[in-house]
Amino acid sequence: MSARIPRRRDPAKLFLGGHLWLVYTFLYVPILVLMALSFNDLGLPTAWGGVSLKWYGELAQNDAVLRAALNTVIVAVVSTILATLLGTLLAFGVERRQRRNNTMEALLFAPMIIPDIVLAIALLSFFTALNFTLGLHSIIMSHVVFNIAFVCAVVRTRLRNFDFSIVEASIDLGAGEVTTFRRVTLPAIFPGVLAGGLLAFTLSVDEFIIAYFTAGAGQGSTTLPMQIYSMIRFGVTPEINAMATIVMLVSFTLVFISQRIDRKAISQ
Amino acid sequence: MSTDGATMLTETGADAATVIRLENITKRFGAITAVNDISLNLKENEFFALLGPSGCGKTTLLRMIAGFESLNEGRILLDGKDIAPLRPNRRPINLMFQSFALFPHMSVRANVSYGLEMEGVRGSELKSRVDRILETTQLTEYASRKPDQLSGGQRQRVALARALVKEPRVLLLDEPLAALDKKLREHMQLELKRLQHEVGITFVVVTHDQEEALVMADRIALMRDGEVKQCASPAELYEHPNSRFVADFIGVMNFLDGEVSVEGVVVQGLGVLTGRSNGDTRTGDRACLAVRPERLTVAPSSAERLIHDNVLDGTLTDIAYHGQDIGLHIAVGDAGQVLISRLSAAAEGAADFKVGDTVQVGWQTQNALILPDDSKT
Repeated sequence: MSARIPRRRDPAKLFLGGHLWLVYTFLYVPILVLMALSFNDLGLPTAWGGVSLKWYGELAQNDAVLRAALNTVIVAVVSTILATLLGTLLAFGVERRQRRNNTMEALLFAPMIIPDIVLAIALLSFFTALNFTLGLHSIIMSHVVFNIAFVCAVVRTRLRNFDFSIVEASIDLGAGEVTTFRRVTLPAIFPGVLAGGLLAFTLSVDEFIIAYFTAGAGQGSTTLPMQIYSMIRFGVTPEINAMATIVMLVSFTLVFISQRIDRKAISQ
Repeated sequence: MSTDGATMLTETGADAATVIRLENITKRFGAITAVNDISLNLKENEFFALLGPSGCGKTTLLRMIAGFESLNEGRILLDGKDIAPLRPNRRPINLMFQSFALFPHMSVRANVSYGLEMEGVRGSELKSRVDRILETTQLTEYASRKPDQLSGGQRQRVALARALVKEPRVLLLDEPLAALDKKLREHMQLELKRLQHEVGITFVVVTHDQEEALVMADRIALMRDGEVKQCASPAELYEHPNSRFVADFIGVMNFLDGEVSVEGVVVQGLGVLTGRSNGDTRTGDRACLAVRPERLTVAPSSAERLIHDNVLDGTLTDIAYHGQDIGLHIAVGDAGQVLISRLSAAAEGAADFKVGDTVQVGWQTQNALILPDDSKT
């Protein structure tokens, strides 16, 4: 029997489709508004005075902002390198373990799940208990803490499809341990490591709470998100719109690249 | 010629043709003994197979020769010298992994060059040696491809080329054909054999597939539970198995269980049946009479009585059609014993057999074996 199914719009599908568009609108319209306003010559949210890069120019003249931007880059670069190294090693250790331990697995993910505010207070208490001088280095250490978990998670997905026999094959063909790691293991997992590193960098760049708690007193260790926060107390200036736009573009680009690399890596 | 080369040697290096000599190798993983006191001689330019069911210790043995597993007891001698102190990257032995273990980020050429680069071979010598092996393995046109752009058979050839280019004393192959489909596997069995003749290197292949071992190997060591049960040529193994396990593992075999008597084996409900004895059984032992399907002659009961040394009457319970030949399942005796016979589909009268026919089945004494019962209970 061949019953012809009449083409009809399924109401459930219509509803879900509409919902999807609402969500996207709610998420991205404010960001688009912010980006548009950063180019508004008048600098007012209420009136449009034509397209201008004026606020980006002002931003470039603001020493405090530049200083904070530099701090953020330092923190992000150093913490990313450390977290990528340690997270990759951790991923290897966990994936090569013969016996799996569920509690241990869960604890690995904990830094990703624990609320930032809790982690921030914990780290601050820890540093204070040790009488540790706070500054950029303590922010870096704190960022390494949660970024290790993210890098580890990303690299592990790569390692799950990794044929460990290629390591033995390399040794069998006459290579030493170091040569094997440099020429076989690392290149084979590199897409995963790179994706993990990019993700860590992105997270570090716009991380506010933990940095705020572990930066200590003084202007010397102010990062960009902290700078924005302090500026915003006197109202949203057009300069902040411009800065937010730049930060967001950088973050978006990195997330996009890391996802592309990761997807390519997994599809291999 | 002894069936087990290890027994004919007394001192190290006594036999010039021996490449690798395993002396009383034992390997334990915790309470489990994976390899139990194995001694074998692997000879120059030989295609040797380690055959056995999964978990029999054959792969462990292979990995010990390659250097990836340590030994609890015994020695491995390569050209008369103990290789225990040599790490795997210093042994003139290469292993072809079951998964092929190709480097995914390198081209075929880079994969094959890798081992030679590790030896310090450079420039024109590197290029000519790689070119030569790529040609031997018919990979020249794929040299610049990555492993994921190759078929299973091509990947297998890259793995072979990568190991062979180093001209090892011995090439170890761990289930080399397991990753290929059936048609290709049959083709590659002969291809591997041809390649081994061409390069003149000793091949040691691990396999669980008895047919594969029979086709490819010059000698086979059949293993079970970490021990070598029999080590012999394929024909010897097929025609003269030394135990029920070997007879059962290699090819198809009919077994009739019984007790050894002076004349033969007394089988319940069938009387005394005769076969060759290899001297391992004594009167009164539990034993079995083993006979290959192709050694059985089957005729309808209505036909003239068979003149074989042993003739039994039975009923045809099943006919299995295999294409080129036919399997006849014949129930004999009251204890439910079934004999399987194979005859060519082209044979005279082959098409006349029907299920339910009463038939007579016979065999000559020299074509049956009396084997000690070593089957697991």
